[in-house]
Amino acid sequence: MRRKNYFTFVVALVLCLALLVGCSGQAEKPTDTSGSAAPVDTDGGKSDVTEPSAPVDTDGGKSADTAPIKLGGIGPLTGGAAVYGIAAANGAKIAVDEINALGGMQFELKFEDDEHDAEKSVNAYNALKDWGMQILVGTVTTTPGIAVTTESFSDRIFTLTPSASSPAVIEGKDNVFQMCFTDPNQGIASAQYIQEKQLGTKVAIIYNNADAYSTGIYEKFASEAKAKNLEVVSTTTFTDDTANDFSVQLTEAQKAGADLIFLPIYYQPASLILAQAKAMDYKPAFFGVDGMDGILTMENFDTALAEGVMLLTPFAADATDERTVAFVKKYDELYKEVPNQFAADGYDVVYAIYEALKDKDVKAEMSPSDLCDLLIEAFTSESFVFNGLTGENMTWAKSGEVAKAPKGMVIENGVYVGMD
Amino acid sequence: MDFLSYFISGISLGSIYAIIALGYTMVYGIAKMLNFAHGDVIMVGGYMSFMATTNFGWPPLLSVLFAMVVCTVLGILIEQLAYKPLRAAPSLAVLITAIGVSYFLQNAALLIWSANPKSFSSIVPFDSLRLFGGKLIISGTTIVTIIVCIVIISALNTIVNKTKVGKAMRAVSEDKDAAQLMGVSVNKTISITFAIGSALAAIAGVLLCSAYPILMPTTGAMPGIKAFTAAVFGGIGSIPGAFLGGILLGIIEILGKAYVSTQLSDAIVFAVLIIILLVKPTGLLGKKVLVKV
Repeated sequence: MRRKNYFTFVVALVLCLALLVGCSGQAEKPTDTSGSAAPVDTDGGKSDVTEPSAPVDTDGGKSADTAPIKLGGIGPLTGGAAVYGIAAANGAKIAVDEINALGGMQFELKFEDDEHDAEKSVNAYNALKDWGMQILVGTVTTTPGIAVTTESFSDRIFTLTPSASSPAVIEGKDNVFQMCFTDPNQGIASAQYIQEKQLGTKVAIIYNNADAYSTGIYEKFASEAKAKNLEVVSTTTFTDDTANDFSVQLTEAQKAGADLIFLPIYYQPASLILAQAKAMDYKPAFFGVDGMDGILTMENFDTALAEGVMLLTPFAADATDERTVAFVKKYDELYKEVPNQFAADGYDVVYAIYEALKDKDVKAEMSPSDLCDLLIEAFTSESFVFNGLTGENMTWAKSGEVAKAPKGMVIENGVYVGMD
Repeated sequence: MDFLSYFISGISLGSIYAIIALGYTMVYGIAKMLNFAHGDVIMVGGYMSFMATTNFGWPPLLSVLFAMVVCTVLGILIEQLAYKPLRAAPSLAVLITAIGVSYFLQNAALLIWSANPKSFSSIVPFDSLRLFGGKLIISGTTIVTIIVCIVIISALNTIVNKTKVGKAMRAVSEDKDAAQLMGVSVNKTISITFAIGSALAAIAGVLLCSAYPILMPTTGAMPGIKAFTAAVFGGIGSIPGAFLGGILLGIIEILGKAYVSTQLSDAIVFAVLIIILLVKPTGLLGKKVLVKV
């Protein structure tokens, strides 16, 4: 009987896993839940977590001019969401290098991997705290962000997330701020944009109901669309585990006569939707959100598929302003890639912190909580306006939410073109 | 008409599951182990074909051959390095090793090809087939996938039932020690099984990426698990069972999505699996093996 028992056990195990995956509501694949949580040092090995260097608070020996302020970063550097974490880490790294090259205030950045997993993210946060982190740049993704910001709130460590866009990340935490739009704002802005510009009369929505980001945008979009009398004819969903075949969702949209499909999802499934719509000769307009950004830089992607796709995004790598051009060039030199909005977000986060601290009397040996108070005051002061790659004249509300204008873009001949 | 179109999508998805499930079922039938790294060999196959067509500019068919060769070598290597030393170990140890190999492959792919997804251009040059005045559109990839699946199943059935190698496989599957005594090289037979399974994984990888043109280090993971489910569904160890299980799983998944709920498609698939296993614990076509205690 032994063999059969073992087999039953394995089947039971797999089924249990499948159930867990189905219920978790996180954007996780079962394969992402293991693997090493080894710290990834994007600092080129200059810093070492095990190095028994003196903690920052007692580091009075060094002069304030040369001792760096320690920025801790957290994001997925491996696993399915690694593309976002790596981009944000790279962007932040470029900003730190630029600022350090200016002289004056110095930063030291250490970026830890969380594999887009809440538990690993808290571990990474604790590792960074042991290292002496004074300000947190992170987290890159929403689900881990909700867990980590609870910790950083009680520890009084100032937190500015590049791209964790759910309102739950900042809710009730006065020291947590966002560089990106919140999901609801994107949903509302998208519905308004579609209605005002008359982009479509019958709207279909396909969203990822296993993902807080996608669901958050969808909910606000749906309620705003109702308020604006925008007709939603079809709403279908998928999960990360069923993100292969969209023939059913597209057929339903087509049957309902949708002339615009709203895609509050990331670009990987979106690329599949575009390809499958083309294969079934269905040609509605497509409208995406910032997660759509990155679709053009996918290796070997047929940009003709994305022709005419519209999206609201804070950053376009093809923009011609001086700062964006310089950033894109530098990023390409260092990492051989075109930066996406996450890289720009990471870059902006470091610069926003720099701008906020620049004119203040800041010393590297300040405690995280003193820095935290200083930064909260700076970010919420009315005079603080930040111009970055991801928006002009950004200001922050006390809640931690950023105010900036979304940019409507349309893809023409494989490049973003402003719609306004 | 919608039903027909959903049904064909289901068969197409099911054909891919079936080809992957064959790899699981063969290895289980002969080596009595679950090779969880199989899904990641699919991913490697996809990347190989991608590199061959995009980076080296090779024609599609050659790229498939290249992927098959690389995956075959990889499959044999995995077997020799990771599983062969554990031939006498408890099967649970082998299972954990297989999961380890799976993570190793995923992370190696992450290092080599980075986390950025790549867009796979379909290797199928045919246009979509339009029937009933354009109401029913069947993509070229779908047709090729279904045909390839049928060809592979018949070829494999012939190999296992009609050839000498197949006889050796069946003998090893029946009783390793007795087969050894009769002059069958057990190690060689298991290696051949892995080689065939991995070559099939390469084909499955190329077809999977042609149908759903996105390639990431985790591409093979979920289809791998689904195909394992299909293998269990049809009766693990049985080749026609893997085929039947794969096709049924694909159809249930798509029809469940279309007529019940797009949110519940996976729940439906696994619910059906649980019911089948309750009624028929060995799967649809599984053999009931009496094992003396």
